[in-house]
Amino acid sequence: MTRKGRRLLLISCAIGVLGVAAGLVLFALNDTIVFFRSPSEIAAEHTAPGSRLRLGGLVKDGSVMRQDNAHVRFTVTDGGADMAVYYEGLLPDLFREGQGVIAEGVLLGDGTFRADSVLAKHDEKYMPKEVADALKKQGVWKEGEAAR
Amino acid sequence: MNPEIGHYALVLALAVAILQTVIPIWGARVGDAALMRVGPALAVAFFGFVSLAFAVLTVAYVQSDFSVLNVVENSHSLKPMLFKITGVWGNHEGSMLLWVLVLALFGAMVALFGSNLPATLKANVLGVQGSVGVAFLLFILLTSNPFIRVMPAPAEGQDLNPVLQDIGLAIHPPLLYLGYVGFSITFAFAVAALIDGRIDAAWARWVRPWALAAWAFLTVGIAMGSYWAYYELGWGGWWFWDPVENASLMPWFAGTALIHSAVVMEKRDALKVWTLLLAILAFSLSLLGTFLVRSGVLTSVHAFATDPTRGVFILGILVFFIGGSLALYALRAPMLRQGGIFAPISREGALVLNNLLLTAAAAAVLIGTLYPLALESWNGAKITVGPPYFNLTVGALMLPVLFAMPFGPLLAWKRGDLAGAAQRLMSALAVGILIALAAAYMQGGGPLLAPLGMGLAAFIVIGAVVDIAERGGIGRVPAATAFARLRGLPRASYGAALAHAGVGVCLFGIIAETSWNAERITGLKIGESFEVGGYELTLARVEPRNGPNYRDLAGVFTIRRGGTEIGTIESSKRLFTARNMPTTEAGIRTFGFSQLYVSLGDELPGGGIGVRAYWKPFVTLIWLGAVIMALGGALSLSDRRLRIGAPKPAKTKPIKDKPASKPDAAPAPAE
Repeated sequence: MTRKGRRLLLISCAIGVLGVAAGLVLFALNDTIVFFRSPSEIAAEHTAPGSRLRLGGLVKDGSVMRQDNAHVRFTVTDGGADMAVYYEGLLPDLFREGQGVIAEGVLLGDGTFRADSVLAKHDEKYMPKEVADALKKQGVWKEGEAAR
Repeated sequence: MNPEIGHYALVLALAVAILQTVIPIWGARVGDAALMRVGPALAVAFFGFVSLAFAVLTVAYVQSDFSVLNVVENSHSLKPMLFKITGVWGNHEGSMLLWVLVLALFGAMVALFGSNLPATLKANVLGVQGSVGVAFLLFILLTSNPFIRVMPAPAEGQDLNPVLQDIGLAIHPPLLYLGYVGFSITFAFAVAALIDGRIDAAWARWVRPWALAAWAFLTVGIAMGSYWAYYELGWGGWWFWDPVENASLMPWFAGTALIHSAVVMEKRDALKVWTLLLAILAFSLSLLGTFLVRSGVLTSVHAFATDPTRGVFILGILVFFIGGSLALYALRAPMLRQGGIFAPISREGALVLNNLLLTAAAAAVLIGTLYPLALESWNGAKITVGPPYFNLTVGALMLPVLFAMPFGPLLAWKRGDLAGAAQRLMSALAVGILIALAAAYMQGGGPLLAPLGMGLAAFIVIGAVVDIAERGGIGRVPAATAFARLRGLPRASYGAALAHAGVGVCLFGIIAETSWNAERITGLKIGESFEVGGYELTLARVEPRNGPNYRDLAGVFTIRRGGTEIGTIESSKRLFTARNMPTTEAGIRTFGFSQLYVSLGDELPGGGIGVRAYWKPFVTLIWLGAVIMALGGALSLSDRRLRIGAPKPAKTKPIKDKPASKPDAAPAPAE
């Protein structure tokens, strides 16, 4: 094979690999991304049940009900609307009423949310950015308050 | 010591770094040897001033000097001494200072050990390294000064984030930074070569030890971060595809590609332009990682309290260095002469394949990490790209790399014999198939992916052994000859084989843990038991305890297997009083390579306590494999050829009786 032929082969291999990689990336992105929604957005958009979402807001005061064996019900609110959440599993250390939370899971037909993972903020200085934005939209939380 | 001394030292360091950027490069440009010689002295002075600043901050932490804002925000007088020291970099300002300290350290090492580098190359390398120092010192001094005072000084500090009060903070960030910032040297070499407009095989020989050292540190740094997250967060997960983990994985992929392509360049004088690009990319991705972590555009455990001006500043640094170096690359790279042709089936060909797939994997991770940011700034939609995306893309791209890995070293340079390599790998393949069958039998049905993956892992490990055995000619020549040959093999060969075996070990751990783990979530009262992974756990007692700056609620479990008691496991819920913040201290017991993992939840309304328990088969192999990879890198570094650097005319004949090795813990200096 000539030098030119080899270079051509090399370049076509490279393009092939990158093409496959690009295809994979597009396919995977299409299939696996999860949208973030606040309770108000779900209420306003009439989001279809069965879709996978990340639900964010504050844990409503007095809404946490622990049942046996780590089954938990609580309500996520952003001031504008509420969403009942059911979760089976241990809650993160920093999960508290009145604090920011993100629950990932599926919206059910009866208008409740079944979470398979619940994330609370990592320390008291920090509020998940999506949650902060959603709360600002509803006017519940203002810039410069304790949470950041 | 007075904190102002630290502040002043940083300003002096900035002045020195500016000189280091200007004088040696100018000297190289006009060919003035005296100006070029200033470089090393400045690099050492730069390191000295930054060390002084770091020492001052450390003293402020050790003495709990609460007149310093940074200490107030991140320390507490009751905090154990170890965490007072590690707390220095357990916050934004201090960790940036550590970043610059590592940068200065690498610069000083080039200055001290790079005596056989050509004068202009060394001058340019130090100049480029100095310019990175200028940018990050400006960043610290203008936006993240750790020496700001508070008046009046509070009596007590706010304590360090409890999650960070762990030995992991002493290990993970320094190792990771040695890796991240270590790529600044290969970057500096690449840019220096572009400024010079000259590059040859000797360049690769000088760069390879630095790239190897940075890669080895990054490998262990990532692995230690993973283990830390595993035991500290109490979720039992060891990799979350968190943007910040991705930020460290991208330079790792690029660095792995770099250490392989540098071999091709050194041995065959080929892939020069590509190797340069990889050197630039590896550090660009490190900078991008620093930006993602430090700017607060992402929410993560690693994002300390953030300030938008910092993000803009780091973005500026990012654009300047990545844009500048790539522009220089576009201008100068076409001038570099290409050399060394090879057939597609050859060692070079295999390494090109490795490079292509590794960079594609880095790109896939990059896209997945940045896509949510890009989409949000474009149309405001908030999305998450989760583990399924990364598992699919990185998994699919790594599969061919893993499978091809044992073949690569068995192929000859220039023109290889694939059938011959396959024949020599028959034994490895046979072991792989046996392991896969055994795994499938033990699993008894279920997805076939797990047994196949374990077979692949065994194939890789045995393939690495075959590689060494073949080099010694075991089975083909008398044992004594083979032994002599094996002794004569360069350490770089053993290093490569060891690192490859480490990949296999790591892969085995990943596959076994993900497909065979068991999880139980339950509520327990004292005396009740449950079963996980064949072990029976009984909650023996729950007891409150007090630590120096926390209160503990510890649950003690007895472990039984087949009815006999084999030990206890202790897990606790810890409340740090200063911040009123709870953490989970998981209880972990290791059996062979597998682990039993128990974390406590909240107390339940009807009495009793929530418990989450995991059985994690072969989980420790994941980190052990990474450590083996890094050891392979270190072994390779200790190779005399690499430490000596490019051959000098006077020393071309091999000198046998010279002591072959020095302590090699330090990243091999090119003497």
